[in-house]
Amino acid sequence: MAKTVIEKIIQAHSREDVSAGRIVWMDLDVRSARDFGGPNVVKNYEREYGGAALDDPARTVFTFDLCAPACTLKYADNQQACRVFARKRGVRVYDVDQGIGSHVLMEEGLARPGGTAVGTDSHMNILGAIGCFGQGMGDIDITFAFRMGKTWFEVPESVNVVLKGNPSPRATAKDLALFLCLKLGTSKIALRSAEFYGPAVRALDLAGRITLCSMITEMAGIIGFIPEEIVNPGKSAAAFASAGEPPVAADPDARYADTIEVNVDGLEPQIAVPPSPNTVKPVSEARGVRIDSGFIGSCTNGRIEDLAAAAAVLRGRKIRPGVMLKVVPATRRVYEDILSTGILKTLFESGAIVLNPGCGGCAEGHAGLTGKGEVEISTGNRNFPGKQGKGSVYLASPVTVAASCVKGEIVSPGEI
Amino acid sequence: MRSQILRGRVWVLAWPDGRLIEDIDTDQIFHNSHLHITEISQMGAYALGNLEGWKDFPQKAKPGDILVAGRNFGAGSSRQQAVDCFVALGVKGIMAPSFSAIYFRNAVNAGFPVLRSEGLERPAAEGLLRSGDEIEIDLSSGRGRNVTRNESISFEPMSAIQAEIYEAGNVFRLKRS
Repeated sequence: MAKTVIEKIIQAHSREDVSAGRIVWMDLDVRSARDFGGPNVVKNYEREYGGAALDDPARTVFTFDLCAPACTLKYADNQQACRVFARKRGVRVYDVDQGIGSHVLMEEGLARPGGTAVGTDSHMNILGAIGCFGQGMGDIDITFAFRMGKTWFEVPESVNVVLKGNPSPRATAKDLALFLCLKLGTSKIALRSAEFYGPAVRALDLAGRITLCSMITEMAGIIGFIPEEIVNPGKSAAAFASAGEPPVAADPDARYADTIEVNVDGLEPQIAVPPSPNTVKPVSEARGVRIDSGFIGSCTNGRIEDLAAAAAVLRGRKIRPGVMLKVVPATRRVYEDILSTGILKTLFESGAIVLNPGCGGCAEGHAGLTGKGEVEISTGNRNFPGKQGKGSVYLASPVTVAASCVKGEIVSPGEI
Repeated sequence: MRSQILRGRVWVLAWPDGRLIEDIDTDQIFHNSHLHITEISQMGAYALGNLEGWKDFPQKAKPGDILVAGRNFGAGSSRQQAVDCFVALGVKGIMAPSFSAIYFRNAVNAGFPVLRSEGLERPAAEGLLRSGDEIEIDLSSGRGRNVTRNESISFEPMSAIQAEIYEAGNVFRLKRS
């Protein structure tokens, strides 16, 4: 039977007949745990399985990205518990210096097109950007996966999302992602796999595909794939072990639960205003909102392309006094790239704080929180109340964040 | 055999006008500042701790209570604590029109009943399902009733794997895998 992208990937990892709606057992190429979830996995594993061997230590990893390095005693204890478990069991740890786990999996080639990977990160479906079925799971699921190397999964239906037209040159991948958060909400692709087609996604480089696929979670989708050929892989491609491998394509007669057309022609920069990633409007409509802080980074916008775009805005300019801009590269590899290309210097000279790689700035962790009354503009993927502290958070692209930090208020990137 | 019948007092997570609160995310259920906690018994104190109007839920909840929420309950992060905090309080199950995928799995794997029901929105909005009502539901049939108001309740019966894991206690005790 003709298969969608998700059905094809799961079929290649299952001995059962795979089609939407069926619950099947699926082999996992990689299972990972972070410093969040990881300690619970260790605890569960020792309680439930004792000394029993992992299914395959070579396919099992820890990635510490949440609180890196540990800024509370509890996180220090938790990370150490994972390290001790890992040493004992021959599992590799990508420690607090390495950056966001999902990105590390792509760079290291552990996640590849057509593969399957799970981890204690709800944005693990970001791996859809390279055609890998990634899925965030809780610590019980991951404990089971460490031991068994497989998981049960209800094969989701797929939705065909066709983007019509070409966004304005001022719009970035983030603006497209935010616009889709508005148009698809949390119901149109909920619990389904989305396949994105059209010139607007074909034009996206790898970093742009990561940005888009990182926000499927905010649309309540299982995962998003971009089966369109990668015309321009971009700078990040050099960092990815699987770059050059084509994305997985659906069969021509594959069955979709729905086809949704979204007109993105002439799309202008977008911003998600509080309280959710789905309350989105053009940046021009939020213009003039005073900000206290900015954040550039996260699994959504922490690649070299994102930081380079922000640096291009900040070059020769200063962040407005009283405004704080925090920049967190996604991975150590990205850090190395901003160091060698002078982007780090540009960011520093503009007044930005450049922190070590990881999830800081988006989750509570090594890049701080917002205080009561603080207004932050962020390139992250979530602005739910309380997520980054007590302040209110707006979500936008790296260039919009950079421009707004120069102005001290929300502005469109072209306005400074 | 674990009981297929759940009976208990219900907490309806709704706005003042009765509409069920949608998209309640895991930071509202169990805030990320408590993620370092790994002991289930310590998690109950933080349940719904970041959901406006429900911060006193841990003091109000009693073992055996059942929660009703709006669609896409458990959006956001993969944290198991967002399920475990209810387990810690002795909450018996959650009903909602839909759940986030990860949240649903986490609950299923923990053997904690999560039940999907499109038919909750109307009675909640019309005041026919309110906090404090006593409800009784049969997990195996997908049917139940609001004992207090003598209204029927229906929901999707558990899938085979969900029922199997529930019966086993949790996914670790699953025989067929």
